[in-house]
Amino acid sequence: MNVSLILIILLVGAFATYLAGDKLASKVALFFGLAALGCSTVLLNHYNLGENISFICQWIAEPNISFALKADGLSLAMLLLTTALTPIIIISSFGTDYKNSKSFYALILFMSFAMAGTFLASDGLLYYIFWELALIPIYFIALIWGNGDTEERKKAVVKFFIYTLAGSLFMLVAFIYMYQQAGSLLIEDLYQLNLTATEQFWIFLAFFLAYAIKIPLIPFHTWQATVYQKAPTAGTMLLSGIMLKMGLYSVIRWQLPLTPLAAKQYMYIFIAIGIAGVIYGSIVALRQKDLKKLLAYSSLAHVGLIAAGTYTLTLDGLRGAVLQMIAHGFVVVGLFFVAEIIFRRYQTRVIAEMGGIRTQSPKLTSMFLILVMASVALPTTFNFIGEFTLLYSLSQINIWFAVLGGTTIILGAYYMLKMFQHAMLGETNSKVFADVTFTEGLTLVLIIAVLFIFGMYPKPIVELITPSLEAILTQINRVR
Amino acid sequence: MEMNTNIALVLVLAPLLGFLINIFFGKNLGKSVSGIVGTLSVVVSFIATAYFFTGISAHPQGIHISLFDWIQISTFKVDFGFQLDQLSILWLLFVTGIGSLIHLYSISYMHDDENMHKFFAYLNLFIFFMITLVIGSNLLVMFIGWEGVGLCSYLLIGFWHKNQEYNDAAKKAFIMNRIGDLGLLVGIFILGNLFSTLDFATLKTALSTATDLDLYWISIAAFALFIGACGKSAQIPLYTWLPDAMAGPTPVSALIHAATMVTAGIFMITRLNFLFDLTPNVQTIIAIVGALTALVAATIGLVQNDIKKVLAYSTVSQLGLMFLALGLGAYEVAVFHVITHAFFKACLFLGSGSVIHALHGEQDMRKMGGLKKAMPITFITMLIASLAISGVPLFSGFFSKDEILMVAFHHNIPLWIIASIASIMTAFYMFRLMFLTFFQEFRGSEHQKQHLHESPSLITFPLIVLAILATIGGLISLPGHSWLNEYLTPILPKLATAQHHLGSTEYILMAIAVVGGLVGIGIAYSKYVKQNCVPSEDAGILGFSKVLYNKYYVDEIYNFLFVKSINSLSKFFRDDVETALSALIFGLGKVTNEISFQGKKIQNGSIGLYLFVFVLGLCAIVSYLFLAQ
Repeated sequence: MNVSLILIILLVGAFATYLAGDKLASKVALFFGLAALGCSTVLLNHYNLGENISFICQWIAEPNISFALKADGLSLAMLLLTTALTPIIIISSFGTDYKNSKSFYALILFMSFAMAGTFLASDGLLYYIFWELALIPIYFIALIWGNGDTEERKKAVVKFFIYTLAGSLFMLVAFIYMYQQAGSLLIEDLYQLNLTATEQFWIFLAFFLAYAIKIPLIPFHTWQATVYQKAPTAGTMLLSGIMLKMGLYSVIRWQLPLTPLAAKQYMYIFIAIGIAGVIYGSIVALRQKDLKKLLAYSSLAHVGLIAAGTYTLTLDGLRGAVLQMIAHGFVVVGLFFVAEIIFRRYQTRVIAEMGGIRTQSPKLTSMFLILVMASVALPTTFNFIGEFTLLYSLSQINIWFAVLGGTTIILGAYYMLKMFQHAMLGETNSKVFADVTFTEGLTLVLIIAVLFIFGMYPKPIVELITPSLEAILTQINRVR
Repeated sequence: MEMNTNIALVLVLAPLLGFLINIFFGKNLGKSVSGIVGTLSVVVSFIATAYFFTGISAHPQGIHISLFDWIQISTFKVDFGFQLDQLSILWLLFVTGIGSLIHLYSISYMHDDENMHKFFAYLNLFIFFMITLVIGSNLLVMFIGWEGVGLCSYLLIGFWHKNQEYNDAAKKAFIMNRIGDLGLLVGIFILGNLFSTLDFATLKTALSTATDLDLYWISIAAFALFIGACGKSAQIPLYTWLPDAMAGPTPVSALIHAATMVTAGIFMITRLNFLFDLTPNVQTIIAIVGALTALVAATIGLVQNDIKKVLAYSTVSQLGLMFLALGLGAYEVAVFHVITHAFFKACLFLGSGSVIHALHGEQDMRKMGGLKKAMPITFITMLIASLAISGVPLFSGFFSKDEILMVAFHHNIPLWIIASIASIMTAFYMFRLMFLTFFQEFRGSEHQKQHLHESPSLITFPLIVLAILATIGGLISLPGHSWLNEYLTPILPKLATAQHHLGSTEYILMAIAVVGGLVGIGIAYSKYVKQNCVPSEDAGILGFSKVLYNKYYVDEIYNFLFVKSINSLSKFFRDDVETALSALIFGLGKVTNEISFQGKKIQNGSIGLYLFVFVLGLCAIVSYLFLAQ
């Protein structure tokens, strides 16, 4: 049994969902989503027992490209994030009617397939193919099922598509260059390359453009808020919950170990970019009128901190980054889901048009508040573990980085509580707010459970990811 | 005596269980059952604490319980552990003890509220987090409690969530606390970096045995931790949330915003006394901030007309006195005042709640008066508590406040003067409160007058108990023979060598303090009883009183400096920077487009042009080769 099985399940699932027709599509998609989740937990078990679950075979002889899927703790953690969030995203879409739903759900699974592939691929070209493949389903999901004015949406989505595609092309050039040097794109072979500092600098920069646009980091984030707002909620969840982690994961997996000299030389600049994103994103979030846009900027702030931690090149930084990626993935999906639940009832995403929901639906309000508190990293939630570790890693570099990055705990509380107050509290709204349905409640409870369980006991995840991060650090610190 | 550590789990988890029962089933249980469940869960914790209290003398090093590994840092692990020692047990005693009384009180006080079960759920959750804060064996478990009580404070200040002003107050409390929390976190980071541990016991060993301590960074850590304490314990400059927090139901003000949560900063500094003792500069700052807070808050308290606002500023002021003691290294004195203050201030808040209850929600003292006949128990208990806070001899506050003043006198005369003035003001505004509320004629409506009544026994019983404690609480640390100091010796080793002698200086100081207090009471008496003065309406408040009445306009200044500026910055970023960045990217796209458009012109199929360029290029290459040779 190896990791290719997950990809097969997700791909077959995508086709099966399409063939199942509109009526059955959502259930078939859920089935395959859960199957992938089940399969990845089984794989995790095999991995923990020390079995080899990687899959490598020659794909193209000339140029020398392998179909190489390698699973270490880091990849498995990201894979589990993907396969755990996919069914949650599918279930969360049940309450909304999507026309042509067979294509919609098939695209979700296909997207999940491409993202899982990105996290597993250990050959540069294969990785690049999965990376770009993930763009296609989200492009259609946002374009066809998105909301708001069609022309505006088209503009935003096309901008996003071209922007990220353009960024990725630089990465492709970097891979081609390295292929010429190494004669292979297998990550192990690339690790053996002895690139000069100048070469590393340009490769580092090429990777950075691709990742900074995808994550996004400031000032490359301008596509984000509008796309998050215009995409259907399932699409926003895919983007913010999983897809942006592709960029962060790639920094750890590809960029840092391949170009350690450049990373070490310029780390302060990139830490600063990350922290600038924390502050900028938090401040912009403060005056957002649209709930989804506010969450988009909050996401910008959170990933800024993750990126800053990553570029510290320390074990704590990398570990905090991965922990926070997972924690953020769950919490942001939960928050966008609440936005969707409110939209189903009030037909609005404008915060000022909400209010008074607490009196009508205390259950939703409580769960929303828990998510808000997790998002602002209240201890006992998983997000605290991530954020604490990240800030700690920054404090090791320079205490001022920790202070500036730490402003997120103040500003985050400010914009989230302000939003919560105006969205949920206050006088009873004249509009009727139906209480959460069973499926909605269950989805939120599952997310909250994950956040609390790993907030109290993060050890399993820490033990899963630490050896692979240590290996990556060894590669970064290798004397050449 | 061997202590059963499982009981520690009962101690911690009982209120959490109470919370879970009330939040999930409270509505179906009915109000009384919900209240009883909530109260009992805290009583259970109190009993468990008493159990440890009786046995702790056999464990001078305290009882350490490690449950599991929690957070992993590259250089150390943080375990989820508890530490039961003299300090934490003392804190737990009054947290759960007063907590039980206030829960009991709330059964009656909140009985008409439709969400009573939620109120008890939140109160239980608060107790749970407060216990966690106190019992944690390292800084991060303490931090769970620290943030958790902040959350509960947010929930309870905004308990009546239909009112957006209350919600604003709740939000403000949470955010201001978070400013402090960042300080606390930074302190934690520095300590982690320096000592590779966050465990209190290990830190203590590391700090007392190491010879090459980096005092520069230790001072910064201590200062950062102190900022955290300023947030939670409402000291300058982070105190403005506490008076606003009075938006919460009165039992909340008594429990969270007077007796327990706001003492967290004092607890933390006492817990880390071995750290602060190494940093005299930071201690000086703490002492000055404490003294100034005591004075500033007391001056504001002089003119407030909302009964709860007076008590709120009084709390800020008293906390300032405790910080003064901390800054002077007299941790045991600060702890002593924490305890007596918890008794009399809880009593005062609950008493004011009883009054507010009787007047159907009226909090303005200008509309009270003459209540002593209708509400004798409330009157007498509040009178006792007022005597205690004013430092009238033999009441508990006399002993604890006197010790603070004495310590201040021996260290620094100006600080002693500031603290003494604050104390005189305290006596004045407390009796102003008493006289305006209970003396003179009733100034409320006829309707209220007819319904004046003493509160039911569930309300008066906690008042009586607290009044008794406010009277006799001083016994735990009598001058010359202090049980408290002996008890705290394992935590504060310096106490073992400290001398307790009462010389003529001490008696003179005592006399000055007592006379000062009596003068304060006397002025209040002549003004509000003899002359029957009633504070003027808001519009009639002029001059410096107006500045005081408006709290030195600090809220307005903060609003202008921070809230407004960050909001305009946000608007600027949102409207201008975002657009500009977007345009920049699109600009790049347009430039590319333009280049390709121009480039397209070249590829127009004109052989003549191609040939021309070809020849030009050839010429260039040839001339280059020629020149290169």
